[in-house]
Amino acid sequence: MRTRMFVRVAAATITACVAVAVALLHAQAPAYRAPRTPDGKPNLNGIWQAINSAQWNIEAHSAAPSPVLELGAAGAIPGGLGVVEGGVLPYRPEALAKRNENRANRLKLDPEVKCYLPGVPRALYMPFPFQIIQSPQHVMMIHEYAGAVRTIYMTDQTEAPADSWMGWSNGKWDGEALVVDTKGFNDLSWFDRSGNFHSDALHVVERFTARSPDTLNYEATIEDPKVFTKPWKMSMPLYRRVEPNAQILEFRCVEFVEDLLYGSLKKQPSQ
Amino acid sequence: MARLLGPLVIVASFSLSVAAQAPSYKVPRTPDGQPDLQGFWSNATYTPLERPDKVTKEFYTPEEAIAVEKAAAAREGEQTEPGTVADVHYDFTQFGLDRSQATLARSLRTSLIVDPKNGKLPPITEEGKKILAARAEETKRLGGRWDSAQANQLDDRCIIMAGPGPPMMDAAYNSNYHIVQGTGYVMILTEMIHDARIIPLDGRPAPAQDVRQWMGVSRGRWDGETLVIETANFNGKNPFRGSTENLKVVERLRRVSDDTIEYKFTIEDKSMWERPWSAESVMRKTSGPLFEHACHEGNYGLYNTLLGARLEEKKAAEAAAKKGSK
Repeated sequence: MRTRMFVRVAAATITACVAVAVALLHAQAPAYRAPRTPDGKPNLNGIWQAINSAQWNIEAHSAAPSPVLELGAAGAIPGGLGVVEGGVLPYRPEALAKRNENRANRLKLDPEVKCYLPGVPRALYMPFPFQIIQSPQHVMMIHEYAGAVRTIYMTDQTEAPADSWMGWSNGKWDGEALVVDTKGFNDLSWFDRSGNFHSDALHVVERFTARSPDTLNYEATIEDPKVFTKPWKMSMPLYRRVEPNAQILEFRCVEFVEDLLYGSLKKQPSQ
Repeated sequence: MARLLGPLVIVASFSLSVAAQAPSYKVPRTPDGQPDLQGFWSNATYTPLERPDKVTKEFYTPEEAIAVEKAAAAREGEQTEPGTVADVHYDFTQFGLDRSQATLARSLRTSLIVDPKNGKLPPITEEGKKILAARAEETKRLGGRWDSAQANQLDDRCIIMAGPGPPMMDAAYNSNYHIVQGTGYVMILTEMIHDARIIPLDGRPAPAQDVRQWMGVSRGRWDGETLVIETANFNGKNPFRGSTENLKVVERLRRVSDDTIEYKFTIEDKSMWERPWSAESVMRKTSGPLFEHACHEGNYGLYNTLLGARLEEKKAAEAAAKKGSK
């Protein structure tokens, strides 16, 4: 009897151990270990780009017609499953009203339409590549859109000296992950073309983790008590631009929006 | 004025030849073995690209250099004297934007141009004269700066400034750079309009001729201790002293001490000049960080200039109508 009991307990223990081991294995996935830079850090150098429709709307959305009639299907909005964990952004009621107003007037209000700096995290999933250049002291993120640049201070970290569009980023390595803590934002950038927005209380913590030689996991935790009732998280993969000649090209869009922004103030030939 | 005089007494900071400064200097290495140019640098200088007409020698004595710098600093301060027209923009000295308050990249040179020997740009080709005449016509056609955004200078439009080049030139203020080196790349960030030059070092060819950019397309390589950057594929819309889309720039950066990078560049543009020409300056170590220069996003000046002009026109038209109806 006792022996049988022992066997049962042992079997149960072994089963439990195996279950725990399997769970641990899953918890640790992806177990990918990135190649290292000469100073021993995960090597995230490269040109990266998101492939999704978060640029249109970070929440789940159906395909929709183009906001600009003349662009027809070429400018229509592809559907998207959303990149926000839990699906829906936890807006405060008055903030949700403002988001809806933004959305209704997006051609007039979206900073992207005016070629303004994109802010964070929006810069990461616009339909443009960005390049990571890593040194032990600084990690640079250089975006093709509007030449937006972020300097991530790895060693000489300070508080944000002033509010800015791209914020003030301090970084650290957490095992395989580059963790970037960004504050000091102004309240002028958006999350997407659908009017999702933040205030100057925005605090973004991002994790960049290699998941294979040519893909990264990107996660951003967003905290902004003026706009949201609780912190929320978005995540998506980023893909390496593997073309051997891939490079960040100029998208100096100021010139492209001058007639839009200042055209009504042009001297009329008759005057 | 005291703050202008302060740095001028540091005669030792002038250098006759930066190369002679520390012949035994061992350039530090990045973790992947590149000569290390990283850090924050300034190329703010009062040295003009071309030698002034009355100057006939290549180098000033230190005493002459101090006098020249002092005079230039005084002129720069005067330009934004309160109550003057220039001061409507803002007072450079008040906001610490004048060069005398920057980390000056001093040299005893009387001009940045070292070739031709007379320190002047070489003669312009016949084709070049036609191009310059056509540009002058186009400027005239666009009208005054109050007529349209496009009639304004590129810096007032927040499109591009003098800093990123290439060649990289003093930008009148905030002539600051941040160099970061990652595996296979050198990145040079210019403070003014956050322009980042990303220079690949892997020997890849230039892209097709149809790819044209404001800053051109740069390719780099290490020649011993010297970073050599060759740039072509310019769009020609930001002429450097008259250059066209056929401009080719070769830059050579070599760290000659902990706080100095020797910067040489050669300009070739067969459409504009009869022969290539070369210049030499220095980049001096400065303190970081660079701040976000969101120029376009805060460009109220351009909007208000145009709005003011249209309101003036409206007022004048109303006054004329009133006079006519009397």
